Amino acid sequence: MLQAESRRVRGALIAKLRDILPRQFVLTEAEQLRPYECDGLTAYRQLPWIVVLPSNSEEVEKILALCTARGVPVVARGAGTGLSGGALPHPHGVLLSMTRFDRILSVDRANRTACVQPGVRNIAISEKVESLGLYYAPDPSSQIACSIGGNVAENSGGVHCLKYGLTVHNLLKLEVVLMSGESVTIGADALDMPGYDLLALMTGSEGMLGVVTEVTVRLLPKPAVARVILAAFDDLAVAGNAVAAIIGAGIIPAGLEMMDSPAILAVEDFVHAGYPRDAAALLLCELDGTESEVEAGIREVTGILELQGATEIRVATDEAERQRFWSGRKNAFPAVGRISPDYYCIDGTIPKKRLGEVLTGISKLSNEYDLRVANVFHAGDGNLHPLILYDGSQPGAFERTEALGGKILELCIAVGGTITGEHGVGVEKLNQMCVQFEMPELDQFHAIKKAFDPAGLLNPGKAVPTLSRCAEFNAMHVHKGRLPFPELPRF
Amino acid sequence: MTSADISAELISTVADAFERGTALEIQGGGTKQFYGRRPSGSLLRVKGHQGIVNYEPTELVVSVRSGTRLSELQQILAEAQQMLGFEAPAFGADATVGGMVACGFSGPARPYHGSVRDAVLGVEIINGRGQQLRFGGEVIKNVAGYDASRLMVGAMGTLGVVLQVSFKVLPAPEVTMTRTFEMSELSALEQMNIWAGRPLPLSACAFYADRLSVRLCGSGDAVLAAGREIGGDEEHDAITWWESLREQALPFFAQEEPLWRLSVPPATGPMNLPGDCLIDWGGAQRWLFCEYSAAALRQVVRDAGGHATLFRGGNRDGEIFEPLQSVQLRLQRELKRAFDPRSILNPGRMVEGW
Ligand SMILES: Cc1cc2nc3c(=O)[nH]c(=O)nc-3n(C[C@H](O)[C@H](O)[C@H](O)COP(=O)(O)OP(=O)(O)OC[C@H]3O[C@@H](n4cnc5c(N)ncnc54)[C@H](O)[C@@H]3O)c2cc1C
Repeated sequence: MLQAESRRVRGALIAKLRDILPRQFVLTEAEQLRPYECDGLTAYRQLPWIVVLPSNSEEVEKILALCTARGVPVVARGAGTGLSGGALPHPHGVLLSMTRFDRILSVDRANRTACVQPGVRNIAISEKVESLGLYYAPDPSSQIACSIGGNVAENSGGVHCLKYGLTVHNLLKLEVVLMSGESVTIGADALDMPGYDLLALMTGSEGMLGVVTEVTVRLLPKPAVARVILAAFDDLAVAGNAVAAIIGAGIIPAGLEMMDSPAILAVEDFVHAGYPRDAAALLLCELDGTESEVEAGIREVTGILELQGATEIRVATDEAERQRFWSGRKNAFPAVGRISPDYYCIDGTIPKKRLGEVLTGISKLSNEYDLRVANVFHAGDGNLHPLILYDGSQPGAFERTEALGGKILELCIAVGGTITGEHGVGVEKLNQMCVQFEMPELDQFHAIKKAFDPAGLLNPGKAVPTLSRCAEFNAMHVHKGRLPFPELPRF
Repeated sequence: MTSADISAELISTVADAFERGTALEIQGGGTKQFYGRRPSGSLLRVKGHQGIVNYEPTELVVSVRSGTRLSELQQILAEAQQMLGFEAPAFGADATVGGMVACGFSGPARPYHGSVRDAVLGVEIINGRGQQLRFGGEVIKNVAGYDASRLMVGAMGTLGVVLQVSFKVLPAPEVTMTRTFEMSELSALEQMNIWAGRPLPLSACAFYADRLSVRLCGSGDAVLAAGREIGGDEEHDAITWWESLREQALPFFAQEEPLWRLSVPPATGPMNLPGDCLIDWGGAQRWLFCEYSAAALRQVVRDAGGHATLFRGGNRDGEIFEPLQSVQLRLQRELKRAFDPRSILNPGRMVEGW
């Protein structure tokens, strides 16, 4: 768009938006727009054209209908904690901030559900229903800040996912505004809905299919007792085997988390959780249930850990100690932030049995790229979070970091895993999508997008790469172990 | 166990049908043909596409070809003390994994251990263009691309021919115990939902003819403690009873009238509809034999926040499923078009015309 033309279109749009929203909720000045220029993936920044802050679905309907009529892109934003650039603004688009949708609308104790607006913070739901002995299970580490709307868009997970499921397993119903400005109810207060399972499709769709304006979540009874075991190992692969042994014994822990030595040292220096500093790997295993059940479980897991060669085993004796054990894991990101000017979080998932192999691969890559890597991961479900330490002020450092991240993800694909377990593709992993999926599969994704948003105005350019981008990328790279142009003879 | 990969043949048949625009009726074991609208088209048999492709008990994942018999899969899981959490009904010895996913039925454990779609991690399908596509995978957490795998569950084969499915599996419980109580429908509905709000190892709650049955499962300690907490009488011959409920083999299911499935919020009170009613899923699924007008029945269920399906009998050419409102219907039709542009896969099975 030419600059003069762009300024005219923007001015006219602002005037129309001010017919829909009070003046203070249409932000247009650069200093007002600045806080919205990035999400948790701060390496990517883009000042939005305009920011709007609606507070009810009628306003969202009108804004989207207006933008559709004028062909203007829209990007929804929750709390902005996303780690893949999903909420990165469009340079000629409206950023739709959902933070004013901040009310818990109702709690249905008998049916064990809560109906909330999408801007409500994840942890606020559990806090609200605590007195009823209930809670909302998915608990991303960012739970004090991230919004439930963002959780739906990313299908967020947490420490308790292995036993209690991801966001998709804990939702019942969404109110959604489509890019056309029409509202539609997806899901039901019952356990299933007629027709195709659009609820599953919406979950994890990265704000590409519709804007969520209301969320009904399922609440679970709080377990009577939860206790955690800490185990240290002098070898990462041995710790990996211990994870398989616990699950192989028919135990599904409420949480099963692992850290490697660089991560252990970083958190120990930060929160003094009492972790053994000389361990090569540390495992946290939480069991919950009734008093006697947890007692029995602790005995069984302790036995397995001993047999698998743990060098040290500690069971938290009280709630304070349990919190201390967890504080290290929960503060792993900020702890790593203290020992390096910048860090970059990767989110691959792998079959657990390939853990040793993948960690060795990561350590090789780390040497090759001359960048340190600390590993924290959701061991129970194979979701790795290698944290690459770098210094963004050094020229070329971020590019090298991103390249290393890409290699780690390709390693995850090669062992039968995936490029993202819970953070989403966003703008960050578009190239790796070309590696993980074949063209007809990407084509199918575009067709799904088109069914919801024919003009492609909602969060354009995210999550699913264009076929031409992949054609270009694949021409330069080995694709799923195959060289480009395999039909050509090589000498 | 038998293992055969006939995907190449299936793909070429679908691609050919796409070229010519001719309809295909997908058939697994053919055991759930009573369900859904009357299908049409030339038969595409998936039954020959059999075998467990990958099973790693410590990964809690099994990948299986769609023509594999459900009973075979269950047996292999049982040998490793594992199971499908959703307790799928088979409705016959020939039921296949593909049919199970396409119909999306879950058994009595569903409210407590999740549904078929909850357990699906990935699929391999043939879409209506004859393209072989893979979505999801064999890992528990995966958000790369839209969740097209769970979309296949309950789609009755109208979005794709399912070739292979990966499921999350669960350890089989150490102990199972059933307690029964004499009580009214009103009290039973209240009681089931009070218990579901407490940390008890529930795995099924059903009510019929003044009798509430509650199944507990988990570790021996937990089950014993919970049994003491809820009281009631221990039912020793319960395993076959729950199986008969799941397979709709209880005498209750032998009635003549059309059978409706009502899916409602679990704590919904007695619905006072004419006809004989059995309550499953802790109140969330109610089976009703009645000749009541479909429109009137659907209105009552909608008012309660749920929907009604004509599960068996009645007019199979009519509205079997809850009619969708206009925006929903448009989205669903567009999705069907996105997967099957010429409408060759099980046309008319879910909605008249496509
Ligand atoms: C320190 C830290 C720890 C983290 N730990 C975890 C973790 O353990 N597990 C995990 O899964 N994630 C984790 N995350 C990532 C992040 O918190 C989650 O992805 C979260 O769900 C994002 O929510 P948000 O409200 O911040 O969304 P945003 O970042 O604002 O947006 C994310 C995406 O959601 C879309 N979106 C937001 N609201 C709506 C809406 N109402 N309707 C439609 N689309 C919408 C946006 O367009 C965007 O694509 C972590 C992040 C940080 C910074």
